[in-house]
Amino acid sequence: MVMIIQKYGTMLIQAMGQTLLLCLLSLVFASVIGLIFGLMNVGRNRALNFIGTVYVDAVRGVPLIVLAYFIYFGIPTAIQQGLGFTSFRLGPLQAGTIALSMNCGAYMAEIVRAGIQSVDRGQMEAGRSLGLSYSAGMALIVIPQAIRTMIPSIINQFIITLKDTSILSVIGFPELTNVGKTVMGNTFKPLQAWAVVGIMYLIVITILSKVSKQIERRINRGR
Amino acid sequence: MADKTDVKISVKNLKKNFGSLEVLKDISLEVTEGEVVVLIGPSGSGKSTLLRCLNQLEKATSGQIVIDGYDVTDKHTDINKVRKNIGMVFQHFNLFNHLNVLKNMTLAPVHLKTLSKEEAKDKAMQLLERVGLSDKAQAYPSQLSGGQKQRVAIARALEMNPDIMLFDEPTSALDPEMVGEVLAVMKELARDGMTMIVVTHEIGFAREVASRVIFMEGGYIIEEGTPEEVLDHPKEPRTIDFLSKVL
Repeated sequence: MVMIIQKYGTMLIQAMGQTLLLCLLSLVFASVIGLIFGLMNVGRNRALNFIGTVYVDAVRGVPLIVLAYFIYFGIPTAIQQGLGFTSFRLGPLQAGTIALSMNCGAYMAEIVRAGIQSVDRGQMEAGRSLGLSYSAGMALIVIPQAIRTMIPSIINQFIITLKDTSILSVIGFPELTNVGKTVMGNTFKPLQAWAVVGIMYLIVITILSKVSKQIERRINRGR
Repeated sequence: MADKTDVKISVKNLKKNFGSLEVLKDISLEVTEGEVVVLIGPSGSGKSTLLRCLNQLEKATSGQIVIDGYDVTDKHTDINKVRKNIGMVFQHFNLFNHLNVLKNMTLAPVHLKTLSKEEAKDKAMQLLERVGLSDKAQAYPSQLSGGQKQRVAIARALEMNPDIMLFDEPTSALDPEMVGEVLAVMKELARDGMTMIVVTHEIGFAREVASRVIFMEGGYIIEEGTPEEVLDHPKEPRTIDFLSKVL
């Protein structure tokens, strides 16, 4: 194990960097996707409800690994052959970010929907009765209250997404799990290699959840 | 009947269905400036729904509602603009839980730019003084009693300078000892000439303050008149029956 850390430590830390990069990018996009589709699902517009529901159900109904293959292999092929852009490529980071953002975004949409619905309807009605528009009521009254109930679920989802980055090793993205495979192949020490990788995930996720708990506590205290 | 120009609210043949349930069957009603109209009736009679139709928190199924000359049942009417002139007080207060009392009151006028931040704050402090809560400006709703919450809710509605106030069972969620303080604020408002429509079970309030009492049942207006007429000398058997249960 010491040998692995000495010899492959830098490589593994760089891989962790790639994991965090992929995770961070995906979380940013997923938050936007989640907010948009979550709002679509709570509104009264039937067409938007339908689009939102289809998106959430479709993405949640497909395993992430299949989604990743579809975007990494399927989409470029379709664009090259169907639209004639023969030089079109999607790199593993791009495809991985798209797949993970879509996946995490669908779960975030559900968190946003549940959070907004947890706010009493009277809050919006009071805002509307004062002359505020629906969107002003959402932005100034409902969402600020919804966020508080959403935070534990969001943190949970962020941790899941961080772990899900490992699935993107299948499209060759050099994140931690993928590099772990290389280390195992080079050293023929699977037990030690995977123990090191596992502990690295554990450390990062533990730090993340401790920080998140701190943020959660602060939000609940200050009001 | 008063002069036509004094008519603040005019409701014609209003119907409201929730799915297949007809809640309001055929309501016509006129309210003139400065009138205090009290709606009474058993639960499920449609009183609250009627009130909520007036500012279109519930969309009317059919019929026409004209407020201050604006047809609020017309899709092209800017309902947000009309609502600025109609204050509403809810049974469950509906104070914004994430904001303190002052912010609760200044949020809408500042956002809608009807008042500047300073004006809104000054006005809020005056109104809090008037409802006897000037020491609670920085408090959060969770730190207030029910009666205090409802007085803040009234002050919040008044902050928009409305010329009509709607009260949807404002004392029904209060502990008995707090009903008085809320009714006192409402009485003062009525004395100052505010046009008010009040859904309530407080028959005493109706008797003392109402210029007109309307008894509703089953989605219809059954009987209306002065408090003496409706409360003391009801003609309709259903009114008599209802009053015998609540008095």
